[in-house]
Amino acid sequence: MYSSLFPRDLFAEVERLQREMQQAFDPVSPSIRGFARGYPALNVGSTPSSVEVYAFAPGIDPAKVEVRLERGVLTIEGEREPAARSTDGKTTLHVNERFAGRFSRVLSLPDDIDPGAVNATYRDGVLRISVPRRESAQPRRIEVQ
Amino acid sequence: MSTQELTQTSAPAKDARNEPALLPPVDVVEDSTGITLYADLPGVPKDRLNVRVDGDTLLIEAEIVLAMPQGMQASHAEVQRTQYRRAFTLSRELDPGKVAADLNHGVLRLRIPKAEHAQPRRIEVQVG
Repeated sequence: MYSSLFPRDLFAEVERLQREMQQAFDPVSPSIRGFARGYPALNVGSTPSSVEVYAFAPGIDPAKVEVRLERGVLTIEGEREPAARSTDGKTTLHVNERFAGRFSRVLSLPDDIDPGAVNATYRDGVLRISVPRRESAQPRRIEVQ
Repeated sequence: MSTQELTQTSAPAKDARNEPALLPPVDVVEDSTGITLYADLPGVPKDRLNVRVDGDTLLIEAEIVLAMPQGMQASHAEVQRTQYRRAFTLSRELDPGKVAADLNHGVLRLRIPKAEHAQPRRIEVQVG
């Protein structure tokens, strides 16, 4: 066997360990649309009564963002303008790391949400979408007679 | 939302410089009169932004404050820290005393003008 020919392939072993560590520390599993480092970055949280989506989308016009909820799939779409530049051609762009252009992120929500009462607010560059869960799905305490 | 809502922030770190922080993406544009720096700092309110010049170092520090309902549990998090930090070294022709900062919709815009003596000057060529 190959492994018995090289029983102490230390480098490969270290590399494998590193990969495993990375996966263990990064709870975000890679998405089919890229390694979950898109724009905007998404944080999702849940409470017994709602699902909260935080989209880190700085520098956009909230009126031009489209938030859609279709069959339990939430879509956030829009466009971000590049940083303002004067047009006289005398400017130099030294660093260009910020995202510009069209963006789209898709997220599937749990089954028990109420699509009729979604609330979206934009503050300090974070788009927060609050999706309530259906009344019937919320935990209820049943009185024992 | 409701009155239950409260603003959560992480406890202030004792030595913020040693805490791991997010590195905000930036654009840096230079024109004849100075440099404009744009930094993405989503989630940062004005009072949690700290921009300072120390010697020739420009330091941007900021903290994310998100309104979260009580008892929320994170189920997916791509932004896993609440601090932003990034430092730049300023070159000598820039005037650190005249840095202007503006934070709007999570984008910081810094204008760093060039010192008077470093402004470009057009030199007329005399024909003798």
